[in-house]
Amino acid sequence: MAKSTIIPFGPQHPVLPEPLHLDLVVDDERVVEAVPQIGFIHRGLEKLTETRDYNQFIYVAERICGICAFGHSMGYAETIEKLMEVQIPERAEYIRVILHELSRVHSHILWMGLAADAFGYESLFMHCWRLRERVLDVFEMTTGGRVIFSDVCVGGVNRDLTPEMQKKMLDVLNGLKDEYATLCNAFLNDSSVKSRLVGVGYISQESAFAQGMVGPFARASNVNNDVRCYGNGAYGKLSDFQPILDTDGDCYARVKVRALEVLQSIDIIEELLRTIPDGEIAIKVKGSPKPGAQASNTLEQPRGECYYYAKSNGTKYLERMRMRTPTSMNLAGMTTALAGCELADVNMIVLTIDPCISCTER
Amino acid sequence: MPFASKSPWVIHYDASSCNGCDIEVLAALCPGYDVERFGIINTGNPKHADIFLVTGSVNERNIKVVQEIYNQMLEPKVVIACGVCACTGGIFHDCYNVIGGVDKAIPVDVYAPGCAVRPEAIIDAVVQGIGILDEKSKALNAKKKGA
Repeated sequence: MAKSTIIPFGPQHPVLPEPLHLDLVVDDERVVEAVPQIGFIHRGLEKLTETRDYNQFIYVAERICGICAFGHSMGYAETIEKLMEVQIPERAEYIRVILHELSRVHSHILWMGLAADAFGYESLFMHCWRLRERVLDVFEMTTGGRVIFSDVCVGGVNRDLTPEMQKKMLDVLNGLKDEYATLCNAFLNDSSVKSRLVGVGYISQESAFAQGMVGPFARASNVNNDVRCYGNGAYGKLSDFQPILDTDGDCYARVKVRALEVLQSIDIIEELLRTIPDGEIAIKVKGSPKPGAQASNTLEQPRGECYYYAKSNGTKYLERMRMRTPTSMNLAGMTTALAGCELADVNMIVLTIDPCISCTER
Repeated sequence: MPFASKSPWVIHYDASSCNGCDIEVLAALCPGYDVERFGIINTGNPKHADIFLVTGSVNERNIKVVQEIYNQMLEPKVVIACGVCACTGGIFHDCYNVIGGVDKAIPVDVYAPGCAVRPEAIIDAVVQGIGILDEKSKALNAKKKGA
């Protein structure tokens, strides 16, 4: 009978760009339990609402996480708009959703690259990141930034999508589709990739539901929690939206859900670009929210549902700002998936939840 | 030219960055910018690395990790602070849990500003870092000969 040992994993680890520490209790090569420790990137960002007014905080909100930057600025702005009871122009809603779905394309391709790196397929990693550069070029053309865009303001967006930009965006996305199909083929049909993914880190539907898992991680276990279904903003204008679900609940299913979501996002962007209305892109928002007013908002980030809450004290500075980010919900599921796995599969399983530690710790 | 500075290996650590600079560090290594063609490789082992790329500001919990990685690296070594948070604390400079730029924890040789730092700025900083690495290794050799 072997004795259990504890193997530290992280915070500096080649597979994770971000610091996450796990104490892996192992029995020979099998993980018995994984205990996560976080706090390496806690900055204390929510407290900054006391010294930055609601317009300035949008730039802080964007820097919660550099991968889902646009989503956070959009989610925060929607919360403040609910708090102030303003309705933004329809065109601004469309532009926000288009850029948010484009962020999802970039985030999922980025994640697929990191996942390929985790199962030791380095050329696939490089190809994913090569494809992602094209999406970043579109961002640079439309907003001026590669990572942080500063495009959302309370009341709308700062920059319009001109017809030339829309055409270029469609061209890039069309060109992307063919190459992406080749990548998907490698991810979903390659036998060596399958042998690393199928059956690894299984989570049942009941367990996923009980642990409140969100995002593609839960959708791979057949739990539908896609908040895009509520039809907030321009999502309500879509002719049809069906969340992508899978029943297998293993690493392969999670790769598959994300791989298909990229195509779904491209379809959403194409549809919205066809139907985008003319008009203003922002309205002036003046004054302060009513004292004691509260507002909450949910948004489907690339990693799952993100919940925002804001409370006003009658001034331009918020009384309280709170977020519940997808990774903090998924950490419990990750420890469940890790229990009982082999040590060599740990980095694969950790990556399939798509951890975003800087969202989680803020 | 000493061999180390021809194709320096880099190690990357995310102090409290927002990920924006981290993915730009990786983007500089990947196709698009592709510094790997010059033999600049991202390694996970501090003892293999010549250049330490730090993103994000230091806080109470990760200052020891940053110092630990720096101490494990072998001489000569160069530290590059990538992004405004690593340079000064940036937008988070007055957060309660942020001590400040990386220079509060370890000596920094090159500062690469930007939020998020652009891959061009990182490449520029690494090129400057290679010059500093050269000087440091010359100084080390001179010290050895003198001893």
